[in-house]
Amino acid sequence: MTLQQATISLSAPRRSSIGDPIFAAIAKASGLFVLVLLGGIIVVLFVAGLSAFRAFGPGFLISDNWDPVREEYGALVPIFGTMVTAILALLLAVPLAFGIAFYLTELAPTWLRRPVSTAIELLAAVPSIIYGMWGFFVVVPIMAEYVQPAVIDTIGELPIIGPLFQGPPFGTGILTAAMILAVMIIPFIAATMRDVFDTVPAVYKESAYGLGCTTWEVMRSIVIPYTRVSVVGGIMLGLGRALGETMAVTFVIGNTNRIATTLFGPGNTIASIVALEFPESEAGSLKLSSLLALGFILFVISFIVLAISRVLLRPGLKA
Amino acid sequence: MRVTAIALAIGLIGTAAAVQAQQITGAGATFPAPVYTKWGEAAKAATGIELNYQAIGSGGGQNQILNRTVDFGASDAPVPAEKLESGKLLQFPTVMGSVVVIVNLPGVTSDQLKVTGEMLADIYAGKITKWNDPKLVEMNKGVPLPNLAIAPAYRADGSGTTFVWTSYLSAVSPDWKEKVGAATSVKWPAGAGAKGNDGVSATVANTKGGIGYVEYAFAHQNKLTTVQIRNKAGQFVKPEMASFTAAASNGDWAGAKNFAVNLIDQPGAESWPIVSATFVLLPKDPKDLVRSAAVMKFFDWAFKNGDAIASGLEYVPLPEVVKTSVRAAWRAEIKGADNKPLY
Repeated sequence: MTLQQATISLSAPRRSSIGDPIFAAIAKASGLFVLVLLGGIIVVLFVAGLSAFRAFGPGFLISDNWDPVREEYGALVPIFGTMVTAILALLLAVPLAFGIAFYLTELAPTWLRRPVSTAIELLAAVPSIIYGMWGFFVVVPIMAEYVQPAVIDTIGELPIIGPLFQGPPFGTGILTAAMILAVMIIPFIAATMRDVFDTVPAVYKESAYGLGCTTWEVMRSIVIPYTRVSVVGGIMLGLGRALGETMAVTFVIGNTNRIATTLFGPGNTIASIVALEFPESEAGSLKLSSLLALGFILFVISFIVLAISRVLLRPGLKA
Repeated sequence: MRVTAIALAIGLIGTAAAVQAQQITGAGATFPAPVYTKWGEAAKAATGIELNYQAIGSGGGQNQILNRTVDFGASDAPVPAEKLESGKLLQFPTVMGSVVVIVNLPGVTSDQLKVTGEMLADIYAGKITKWNDPKLVEMNKGVPLPNLAIAPAYRADGSGTTFVWTSYLSAVSPDWKEKVGAATSVKWPAGAGAKGNDGVSATVANTKGGIGYVEYAFAHQNKLTTVQIRNKAGQFVKPEMASFTAAASNGDWAGAKNFAVNLIDQPGAESWPIVSATFVLLPKDPKDLVRSAAVMKFFDWAFKNGDAIASGLEYVPLPEVVKTSVRAAWRAEIKGADNKPLY
């Protein structure tokens, strides 16, 4: 032990008699602050939304009416839009993210893994307004000009699935929103999958290869079963992000308070309707209360999704 | 020596700021924000009053002035009389603007297409769905109207523009008035929504067969394809400064309570049917007398010197007689503790 270290260890008890309790108190306060903040937000949203819940009762959740002139509000359209866009986004994003993670962990040459991983992480850092503008000025015109008219004339004519691909080709709509959301959540899901795929012990994979398995068979029979729970947890993280996304969706969803009957039909999400209608809502009005009630509902939905992802991720991380 | 000089300089700046710059804050409507900002810049040099205006939306402006967190609120839609009463607010107009209709039809140039208000209401109600609808074709002989779906675009965000537009549709179509009504956002029977004037115009530009409504200034600056509308006198009018001014001068300013004048669908052969004023809300029981007086001084300056700025930004200045009665209202309604008028 050098002299310097000795001095520190000697003086340590004296300092801690004042410093440690203060530091501990500050740390404790910071920790509690998060809980108080979260609880406060939930309570405020619920109390502010109470008059809407009172006025419309449980019907608030199942009414598709959003009529600011007559002051009649229902949450069904935004809830429907939020769930449908998020789930569609997952359907698009999960296979792609799986491909990315599979390629990065099993197939890609070592020199390529780092740049691609970095690119994925950078994608996650792009602000959502940028995705919104890119969606509105690049994706929407392409959808309106080429994709939607072509699809409406071909797939739209088919029986059974045809009705899902009809309607005027605005370019915006549920499908476009889901596509933008998919691009936004791919980085989260891909990064989680890559990390958990890496946790599979090499000896398992080597044994499988030794038995003559192909790369795909190793993936399907060894890696996926081993990481299944964590993969689902990562998907839930992506879902949580898709549910709450606001600006990017607002740009491309068409912002219509009707239940979309086709994939090209415009719709609305909870986050987007709150962002759009909030500035023109007067204090104390039923509209403001309904918007805050929607915020509360979104909070509950996100909370459930996050809770599920926590539960699923925990055992995976321990392993 | 140097320190003294710096201290002196700081002192001078401090005094100068205290004497000259009087800050006022306002919040509300986005529609007049460009002209308020320009007026603010010009008035700062002329009067020393520094305006800090936040375009947070009419609803937000009303909330903020009711809570007295700003010196004045601004609203595109006139505030109901009972709300002005309970909030102890004086409402007065500052400037007028108009809403125009834009279309995206291949081969159709600006102001070539002619429509009536009823047709616009039917289009937005989803009743007229094709551009070659017999009603449209009959009114537009010689205009190449294609067999194309009409794609109506509207403002998805709550906005004063939507209030003006739906007020017009309600005025010309009893059916619209009964089924939809007029507000800053409504339950649209058809079409798709986009955010802001730029969102609506981009949606129209992206969609062949698109139709939308935007503020005139926006359509003019971006050279969008506008249409002629038939007014109350049965004449087709083009959206231009002359027709807006005609509508403004035909308004019943004297009969309007709280200046809440209705400029929608005015009589007169020249009148553009979709014109509206935007309003400022001022507390009748000002807490800070100096700031409240400065607000009135600011708008007085704008009324005297700001018309050219307003016209330059494609707004319609108020008629002189209206300005005079606004000043009279200030004198009568806004008083300090000693009952002396602030203006």
